Order: sequence, then C-alpha cells, then structure tokens
Amino acid sequence: MMKLFSEKSIKKALTVIAFSAIAALLLIVVFIILEGLPFIFKVGISDFLFSSEWEPQMGRFGIFPMIIGSLVVTLGSMIVGIPLALSGAIFLSEFVPRWAMRIIKPTIELLAGIPSVVYGFIGVMVLAPLIRDYLGGPGLSILAASIILGIMILPTILSISIDSLKAVPQSYREGAFALGATHWQTIHMAVLPAAKSGIIAGIILGLGRAIGETMAVIMVTGNAVILPKSPLYSVRTLTANIALEMGYATGMHRQSLFATGVILLIIIMVLNYTATIAIRRRVGKK
Amino acid sequence: MIIRPKYTQVLAVSLLVLATLATLAILVFIIVFVLGKGLPNINAEFLFSNPEDMGRAGGIFPTIVGTVALTLTAICIATPFGVGTAVFLTEYTRESRITRIIRFGADCLAGIPSIIFGLFGFIFFVTYLRMGWSILSGSLTLAFMILPTIIRTSEEAIKSVPYSYREVSFSLGATLWQTVYKVVLPNALPGILTGVMLSVGRSIGETAAIIFTAGSSLRTPHSLFDSVRTMSVHFYILAREGLSNEKAYATATVLIVSILMINLSSYWLMNRFILRKTK
Repeated sequence: MMKLFSEKSIKKALTVIAFSAIAALLLIVVFIILEGLPFIFKVGISDFLFSSEWEPQMGRFGIFPMIIGSLVVTLGSMIVGIPLALSGAIFLSEFVPRWAMRIIKPTIELLAGIPSVVYGFIGVMVLAPLIRDYLGGPGLSILAASIILGIMILPTILSISIDSLKAVPQSYREGAFALGATHWQTIHMAVLPAAKSGIIAGIILGLGRAIGETMAVIMVTGNAVILPKSPLYSVRTLTANIALEMGYATGMHRQSLFATGVILLIIIMVLNYTATIAIRRRVGKK
Repeated sequence: MIIRPKYTQVLAVSLLVLATLATLAILVFIIVFVLGKGLPNINAEFLFSNPEDMGRAGGIFPTIVGTVALTLTAICIATPFGVGTAVFLTEYTRESRITRIIRFGADCLAGIPSIIFGLFGFIFFVTYLRMGWSILSGSLTLAFMILPTIIRTSEEAIKSVPYSYREVSFSLGATLWQTVYKVVLPNALPGILTGVMLSVGRSIGETAAIIFTAGSSLRTPHSLFDSVRTMSVHFYILAREGLSNEKAYATATVLIVSILMINLSSYWLMNRFILRKTK
C-alpha cells in the first residue's frame, strides 16, 4: 500500500493523467474520422462537398447547401455580434468606472450561461413571428438565426476584448492625451491598434462557437435544404444536419452524418489554430 | 469631409453607450420574458411529480433527477483528471514541449462543438463500448467536454498559490506530493471549485451532446445504466414538438434559475478567492 503512494508512483500517475486531454482529443478525432472519411471517399470529395442534392434515401449526399448555410448564418451572427460586443467592450473598459464594470461584465457574461435551447426558443417565440409579420418570409430564417447567434457569441467576444483592452499599458493613453487627442481619438488610434490581436482572437473564438452551435440553430433556421437567395430564406447548417437526422439514420446515411462531422471538425480546427496563433502573437509582443 | 474631433467624440461615445445599453436590455429581456411566463406555472407539484402525456401535463421530477445524476457523475469523472493534469503542468514539470502539447490539446478540446461530442459519444460509448443510452455514456461524454475548463481554472488557481508556501513546506522536510496535497491544493481549492461550478452550469445547459448519448427516457433512473432525459433535453423536446408552451416556459425557468444560481455562486467564490489573495 505504501508503495502505491510513493513519490515516484504518484509522479507516474500524474504524468499519465496529464495526457488525458490529448487522449480525449485524439479519441474523438480518430473515431469521427474512422466513421466519416471512408464515406467521403466512396461518394467522392467533390460530389460530397459541392453537390446540392441531399436525399439520403435516394443515395444522394451533397452537403453544399449546408456548408453555405453554416457560412451565411455565421457571417450574419458576426455582423450582429461584433459591433455590439466591441462597443460594449470599449465602453466598459474605457469609460465606465472600475466598480461599475465589476457589476456589468459578469452580468453580460451571465448571458453565456443561458442554455442554447433557451435562446432558440426565444427566437421561435419572439423573433420569428416579428420577422414574418414585418419583413415577410417564413420567419424561421437566416436573419432570425443571425440575430440569435449574434447575441449568443456576444459575451465571448466582449469578455476577451475587455481583457485585451485592459492589457494595453496606461502610458499609451497618456501619450495620446498629451498630444491633445480626444478620448475617442485616443481609443481608436492608440488603444484599439494595440489590443487588435487579442480582439481578433476573441472574434475567432466567437466564430468557432457560432459555427458549432446546434440546438438554437435547429430551432430558428427552419432547416430547409436550399441555397438561400435572401436573409429571409430558411437554411440548414452542418450542425443541424447532423442533429436532425442522427436520431433515425442508419447505414450509409449515418456515415454521411459522420462525414458532415469531419467537415465541421476541419473548419473548427483551422479556426482554432488561427486563434491560437493570434493569441500567441499578442503574448509574444508583450 | 473632416468632422471635428469634438463631434466624433460625442458621436462615438453615444453609439458606444447605446450599444452597451442594447446588450444589457437584451439580457434583461430574455430573463424577464422567460421567467415572467414560467414562474406562474411553477409549484411543488411541477417540481416533484412525474410528467404525464409526454410532458403535456404533470411535472418534471425525473428530468431533475436525470440532470443531477448526469452532472454529478460527469464532474466526478472529470475533476480528478482535470486537477491532476493541472498539478502535473504546474508542479511536476517545467515549460517544455510536453506542456505545450498538453495545453494545445486542452485548447483544441475546448473548441470542439458539442454536437461533435455527441456524435463521438454515440459511436464510442453508446455503440462501440455498448453502454447504450445511459447516464454513464452521457456523463462520460460530458466529462470529455468539461475537462478543458477544469484544467484551465485549476491551473490558474494552483499558480496563484504563493511560492513561499511551498518553500516553507519543503523546508519542513515535506516531499513534493505532501506539499501539493497538504499545502498547494487546499489553498487553491476555491479557485478549483470555481471551475467545477462553471462546468456544472455548462453541463446543465447542454443538449446536443446529451440527447444522443443519454437518450430521452422519461422514467426516473435507478442505475448508471438507465437512460435519462435532462431538463434541457426535455425543454427542447417540449418546445420543438410543440407539446406544451406552458410547460416549456416553466422548465426553461427552472433551468435558467438553477444555472444563474450556480454561476452567481461561482463568481462569489472567485471574488472571495481574489480578495483573500490580495490581503
């Protein structure tokens, strides 16, 4: 028994445990790829990625509309989320006294704690009827999804942006003020450029969240497999495609969903890698 | 055209104020809207009775049990691994290629969308390891998902324990593990708990990863191998299949209130931790 808890065995145990995250990551990537990649090769990469026909029962597996759907919805959420998040971050970090920020920042971060299904439900109950009545279309649309997702990623971008704005040395601001700059000039000419890479990292993390979001998106996009012509069209995203059909898919159809997962995984990995580089650049500069 | 700096200042600041107010207004609206519609429908009967007619009537008791069971199991699985990894990274090695690989792995894991965790859990735990739709499959999947959060927050907490504490312990003849176990970990505990609480909040709200791994049985579970339906899955099914908006709002209220309470207490814990450190 004593042997079991000796310093050496504890160190060994901890070393093994420390690789749990890497092991988990590899396990996930390997299993998704094992299940999905053979399918992609069977159907053909270009047919799978660029065909617009998704009829699993007929053996047609083209996820092009879903790729477009994911991209359009994510882009829309960025258009909604980034201006709000950045303005909020600048205002909170530069204009609001410290005690007030200590209350407001956690409050906004609480937004991140609300489950995505609840956001989706609000989209269905409040936003979709408004869009249907005032702008036309089915209501469940790219527009509704963009607004809901934009609100969902807001806390991520806001909180990382605040951190990187706070990390800009006070001397930058003093220098700009000393040159006679107004507060706003100081912010957009001295502070923002210095905080840029941190803010970009935050935006990329938000982007990753938006592409990966599933439940809220299923509820508000309407899930039609079509190429959208306007923001009022219904679309289906890659994530929604997996979640909607996983419940009953078998055989080739199920493999095709894992293949969709492979594509999603690749997109996310590329994004994360970019974010890591952006963050590392910021750290390197300091 | 050049606008005078004085005016751009006024314009910019008012836009910033507007955007911040809009953000806060959205938050308040979401919470007030859901709670306003849900609170009137919540009573002891709703919380403690079984659902009837697919959830159109009755309560949500089994889903509360399911949520608690799933979350607790996931935390019990992930915490030892997360804290162990953090201890290894901070106390047992120097910065090296290995620590960078481990951190990179944790960061990547944190970025993987929950639907991918769901797919993986389905193919690995449910199908390959033949655990079926069960609390065990669901909580293992969740544990994978919350592991990076626990690693990160534990690491920060352990790093913030002053080095002098360790020196005193070493000077008394304690070994490395004794120092970690009796000095470092107790002092880092509030910080570690904060990470655990945040993970609990995330687990409660999770849907996509759970629906394909824990299933959606409405019966109260009796063992780890029973399928369960969590509150968020129940809410999703109620809302999506239009079974009952009234019950959906009430379930969402219970969901939001419990998550807000957990997140608030983790903030409180974190602040106390920071305060004590600065003293």
